[in-house]
Amino acid sequence: MAEAHAEHRAHHFETAEQQFESGKLGMWIFLATEILLFGGLFCAYAVYRSTHPEVFMYAHRYLDKTLGAINTAVLICSSFTMAWAVRCAQLGRRKALVRLLAATIVLAACFLGIKYVEYHHKWKEGLLWGKRFHATLEVPAGAAPAPPAVAPTTAPAASSGERSSIPAAAIGPRGLAVPGRPSVAEGEEGPPKNVQVFFAVYFLMTGLHGIHVIAGMIVLSLMLLRARRGEFGPSYFTPVDLAGLYWHLVDLIWIYLFPLLYLIH
Amino acid sequence: MAETIEATKHSSDHPAVGHVLPFRVLAAVWLGLLVLTVITVVVAGFDIGNFNLGVAMAIATVKASLVLLYFMHMRYDRPMNAIVFVSALLFVALFVYIALLDTHAYAPDLIPGYAPELTR
Repeated sequence: MAEAHAEHRAHHFETAEQQFESGKLGMWIFLATEILLFGGLFCAYAVYRSTHPEVFMYAHRYLDKTLGAINTAVLICSSFTMAWAVRCAQLGRRKALVRLLAATIVLAACFLGIKYVEYHHKWKEGLLWGKRFHATLEVPAGAAPAPPAVAPTTAPAASSGERSSIPAAAIGPRGLAVPGRPSVAEGEEGPPKNVQVFFAVYFLMTGLHGIHVIAGMIVLSLMLLRARRGEFGPSYFTPVDLAGLYWHLVDLIWIYLFPLLYLIH
Repeated sequence: MAETIEATKHSSDHPAVGHVLPFRVLAAVWLGLLVLTVITVVVAGFDIGNFNLGVAMAIATVKASLVLLYFMHMRYDRPMNAIVFVSALLFVALFVYIALLDTHAYAPDLIPGYAPELTR
């Protein structure tokens, strides 16, 4: 069996299977580092959402849920065409492989196109990060603020006069907190402070994801060129398989980004 | 369909390495993912308090598992690949958990007005 695949096998591998499995393991290790890269942003999201639940409750309304849902479906369809493309490569169906890779690239372009529409709208409205944020915010329709989505685990008892969960020291300064001083949002109707934090998180997470989509399109285009030259078949399809793994990871991350950013309740 | 006939017979162009998924499985996973997307959008329309986040994350995890197990062939792969990937997920979970633990270990009003919703 190994002799038949000798043309694709590097000399340092015993068998084609060993080469295939080594390549796959390498790809999975790379995907693990990608998870760690995005993990930092998911952590930032979790920390900001737990300390500023009102900002996330308020600001997510400025995202277009419909476009987000359409984009989720587009990415799922692209993952399906990719998985199908890998199957065609494994079975040596070159024409179908080329068509499905092209379909995956087109769907990726659709995703970026819809993302552009969303970004453009935010740019025009000034719904941006940090000091670039200059949107005129509307007062939320509901007068009573909704309860925080994430229950703070160690929130101090609101009813007690002492506003810190840490008891005051017997001697020495009381720290930065000034007891009795009203918090900024208290008794104040209108948009919460620091709405730009949400948009910083939004642009960072979807932006890094968008960069991955572009990288995926480049990789898939290279696969398309090689597939058209007839390089892939049942005896050698590892590059298509590995590109597919990367593309599915991009889909995987969006599966979490969509509910976390667009579907906050 | 030629698709299914070819999948069942062990033809000469069957690959020597890897696992070929039947087209039916791929299509079923695809439909499942689309249905779950619709469900997650619909559920988000109802106010079920703190459960909204939990339900959304549970559905997302089911979707992610489908992609991992079938589209990414993890179910048929060598376990080492899954060990590598799942350990990365566990470390991210640990990272987020400890960061949240640390965040909430401080008085939320240490900086006046920093976290208004938590000092109410």
